[in-house]
Amino acid sequence: MKRLLIGVPFVWLFVLFLVPFGIVLKISLSDIDLAIPPYTPTLEVSDGWAGVAAFFSALDLENYIFLTSDDLYWKAYLSSLQIASISTFLTLLVGFPIAYAMARAAEEWRPALLMLVILPFWTSFLIRVYAWIGILSTEGFLNQFLLWTGVISEPLTILNTNTAVYIGIVYTYLPFMILPIYATLEKMDASLLEAAEDLGCSRMQAFWLITLPLARPGVVAGCFLVFIPTLGEFVIPSLLGGSDTLMIGKVLWEEFFNNRDWPVASAVAIILLLILIIPIILFQRNQQINKEAQQ
Amino acid sequence: MAASGKDDVFTPWTDSGATPLIRIDQVTKRFGDFTAIDNVSLDIYPQEFFALLGPSGCGKTTLMRMLGGFETPSSGVISIDGQDMSSVPPNKRAVNMMFQSYALFPHLSVWDNIAFGLRRDGLDKDRVAARVEEMLKLVQLSQFAKRKPHQISGGQRQRVALARSLAKAPKLLLLDEPLGALDKKLRQETQFELMDIQEKTGTTFVIVTHDQEEAMTVASRVAVMNHGQLIQVETPEVIYEQPNSIYVADFIGDVNLIEGTVSALGEGAELAWAEGRTPLIGQPGAALTKGQGATFAIRPEKIAISADEPQDRRNRVQGKILDIGYLGNLSTYHVELPEGPVVKCEIGNRSRIERRDFTWEDEVWLSWSDTAGLVLAR
Repeated sequence: MKRLLIGVPFVWLFVLFLVPFGIVLKISLSDIDLAIPPYTPTLEVSDGWAGVAAFFSALDLENYIFLTSDDLYWKAYLSSLQIASISTFLTLLVGFPIAYAMARAAEEWRPALLMLVILPFWTSFLIRVYAWIGILSTEGFLNQFLLWTGVISEPLTILNTNTAVYIGIVYTYLPFMILPIYATLEKMDASLLEAAEDLGCSRMQAFWLITLPLARPGVVAGCFLVFIPTLGEFVIPSLLGGSDTLMIGKVLWEEFFNNRDWPVASAVAIILLLILIIPIILFQRNQQINKEAQQ
Repeated sequence: MAASGKDDVFTPWTDSGATPLIRIDQVTKRFGDFTAIDNVSLDIYPQEFFALLGPSGCGKTTLMRMLGGFETPSSGVISIDGQDMSSVPPNKRAVNMMFQSYALFPHLSVWDNIAFGLRRDGLDKDRVAARVEEMLKLVQLSQFAKRKPHQISGGQRQRVALARSLAKAPKLLLLDEPLGALDKKLRQETQFELMDIQEKTGTTFVIVTHDQEEAMTVASRVAVMNHGQLIQVETPEVIYEQPNSIYVADFIGDVNLIEGTVSALGEGAELAWAEGRTPLIGQPGAALTKGQGATFAIRPEKIAISADEPQDRRNRVQGKILDIGYLGNLSTYHVELPEGPVVKCEIGNRSRIERRDFTWEDEVWLSWSDTAGLVLAR
């Protein structure tokens, strides 16, 4: 019974993560081919051992070498890292005050505020991103409003720039930042701040010396939860970004569907995964430390 | 109770020349429609160990939080050391507070917790270190300095909180239910430790508690509160022996209450309590008039129990033992009088239980001296 219980998550991981990963890894080591599926070799089990041997001997690292030869790829990786870092920081800047205000709100208001944060998830992500096109485009609501108030005389070009991508990412991933920060701030004992004041802190000092350090686990968790998916994000840059918005998710998409080069696309995906492993491990370690600190 | 029994008894409240450290002058605090503190005036003197005692919701915590600056009075003035405190925020007061939850900073070590207030004062490193070491020694926690609050026991946390609030050498230390989270044995030990520390440092302590035993043990004076008002402010002995009201008598310790009417008033007050019975005699409480409805209050341990009628005492009643509670060091007898009331009587178990004189259903006599009981106006 105990083995069964432990076995379930392992089977889950095996079927839904390890097997697909193996397939992608295999494709990344294959060669492009005009066939269905569009790569060789495929495993011919009917040929017996000779087939298996032929299959493995046909795999090589050619696609990975190709990634280093074209500077598009590493530029896309770097650009993605940059965009993910900046948007994580922007999300933190917007998310922290919201989480703080929610945690400080009267207790009877908190469930409602929490609901408001989660509510956007009830509509399709795609629709919400499309809605931003309507807001940000040259004839969009934002420009119309600004023109109407007289703040600007010429419509601003926001859509199809990196600014639009940042707006889209901050908007989409804001709840992932707010919720963990709110969770840490909400369970913070209010008497800690009174104690800090009692011992000679001003309100501002108490915030820096007590609230911020205690919110740190939530901030770190929130940053990872935003950074990790943002790094591979492709919907937002392809809908809101311009031709010069370079993100690895977009490159991946183009390799797969425009170039039909599955092996190179798979190699891009594998490298992306390797890059992501570092923050994921750091995130896990952060969660572990928090758990230990709570005991 | 700092020096009771000696000639130089510590009683500044009886000395008209003494200046109080804290002066609470007609202070009222309202939260919306609710009056938490109702026109309270109170003086607390330097080096006092003052207890605010009362049931939950009586306003004792609100009164303390006003001393700390966490609440402001709706009307009235609180002054500390002669200075009006109404516009002084908590971080500018020479007052420190030990919180009920201890409020230790979880991300800081024991050492840094104690140093926290000193650093805010901008003391240089060496002086902070010296003071922290001194405090750690005072609460006997030197070897735990490096630990985080979650790595020490509840009793140790309590002592860290105490050390932290004493580190800045405040004029006044406020303690909000400081021992509430400790188990009984540790609580009793810590009570004496608290008294030691209070004496050593000479700091004025104001403690909030709902535990009357705790208040009686540690305090030089106790204020019994109810519904935002001070009912009685006196030394523990007077509170116990001379409660000014049925509320105080009933709140502090165990008491038998017998209702009747005042039949005679002289040296003692006589209370007619049942048809055809000799009246009970006790010390008269304040504002008593003849013919008035009153309550006779007598502590269970002041009652003697005997098989034969004690002729030498005027206060004597006969009854039947209804119940015996055995507490180890003493036994409580519940004696039902023929007139209805059940009187509790506590007798020390000087001999072993097999040799107990009385048992269930026994007819016994209860008696007490003329001065043991109190007749209190209703």
